[in-house]
Amino acid sequence: MLAAAWQYLVTHPAAFGQALGVHVALSASALVLAALVAIPAAIAASRRPGLAVAITQSANIGRTLPSLAVLALVMPILGTGFAPSLFALTLLALPPIVQNTLAGLRSVEPDVVDAARGMGMTAGEVMRRIELPIAVPAVFAGLRTAAVQVISGAVLAAFIGGGGLGDFITAGIAMMALPQLLVGAIPVTLLALGVDAAFGLAQRRLTSAGMRAA
Amino acid sequence: MTWLARNWDQVALGLAQHVGISISALAIAFALSMPLGIWAARSDRVQAAALTVAGFLYTIPTLAFLALLIPLVGLGPANAIIAMVAFSLVVLIRNIATGIRQVPPDIVDAARGMGMGDLQVLARVELPLALPLIVAGLRVAAVTVISVSVVAAYVNAGGLGTLIFNGIATDHPPKIWSGALTACALAIAVDTSLALVERHLRRQRSA
Repeated sequence: MLAAAWQYLVTHPAAFGQALGVHVALSASALVLAALVAIPAAIAASRRPGLAVAITQSANIGRTLPSLAVLALVMPILGTGFAPSLFALTLLALPPIVQNTLAGLRSVEPDVVDAARGMGMTAGEVMRRIELPIAVPAVFAGLRTAAVQVISGAVLAAFIGGGGLGDFITAGIAMMALPQLLVGAIPVTLLALGVDAAFGLAQRRLTSAGMRAA
Repeated sequence: MTWLARNWDQVALGLAQHVGISISALAIAFALSMPLGIWAARSDRVQAAALTVAGFLYTIPTLAFLALLIPLVGLGPANAIIAMVAFSLVVLIRNIATGIRQVPPDIVDAARGMGMGDLQVLARVELPLALPLIVAGLRVAAVTVISVSVVAAYVNAGGLGTLIFNGIATDHPPKIWSGALTACALAIAVDTSLALVERHLRRQRSA
């Protein structure tokens, strides 16, 4: 069966390349958009307890929502295609990034912040030079969770016309064409595992030397 | 709304199937995770191996996992339940093992001093003290299983996802909304109630 899947892949290189490209573009843009919203939101919330409670609670709810339900709810409003899929996947990527960034910023010890203030740093400098570097590993943990979730969600985007590798899986299931199904399922599994491993590595690299020793 | 009022029986059937398949999967996952979690709490190597394998399974995209199972078990609820169990293992094993490891050694020593054997220590001291964390694991697993179950309708496992897929196929938004919103409400309700149980247990332990 694997040979048949390989056969299908080599006879349809353009279709496969296109689907892989859409899948990566969809996942990467959703992750970047979500990070651009979630990280500043978490920074703002770390200074305002009221906002932090509101953001944490919505993130908790957001995290429980089934991915396919979110994609399906977006479709009747925004229609089908790449943009609605991107919107839904961005929403799905927000909660883990917000939660982890906020947790990372909160893990900074008040003494450290006091010491930095005592050295004459402004609030902005403390955030940039002390709090954010300490929070980086947690931010990356959030990005890692979000990335895996978005790659998995992007498979489901096939149901609302978002394209990507999910197209091979849905077509394969609909026609019970197993080779075609595997051409979608195996690469997307490898993609998720590869991205997870890459983020894990980056997370370790970006932990500042001082914190690694501690 | 009018669609929902006229077809509430379809939604109720989907919900019942959804809850049924989710509970079956959770029960199987829990029965598998309990011995593995206890073993992992006793041995670092078992813990590392179990969490690596279970973490690997958890990373596989849901629909890809369901699809990869088709050549092996075909379409239907069995396929869905295997995937749901596979996705629940990592959080259940991790929380059971961590919960047991967190029990202070003094307490275990005291229990042994009172003449308890290994099994008694486990059943009467370690597991009760680990319960809040075990419930926390069950909470995450339950939400995961409900989410996977929505997708599993595509491999003929039934449940609320069936309404979503039928709604998409026939371009019928009220059907999509009914299925998707009911699934969201179910996930939030289960998450909230298990969070309450967890908080109650924690308070009891600290009192």
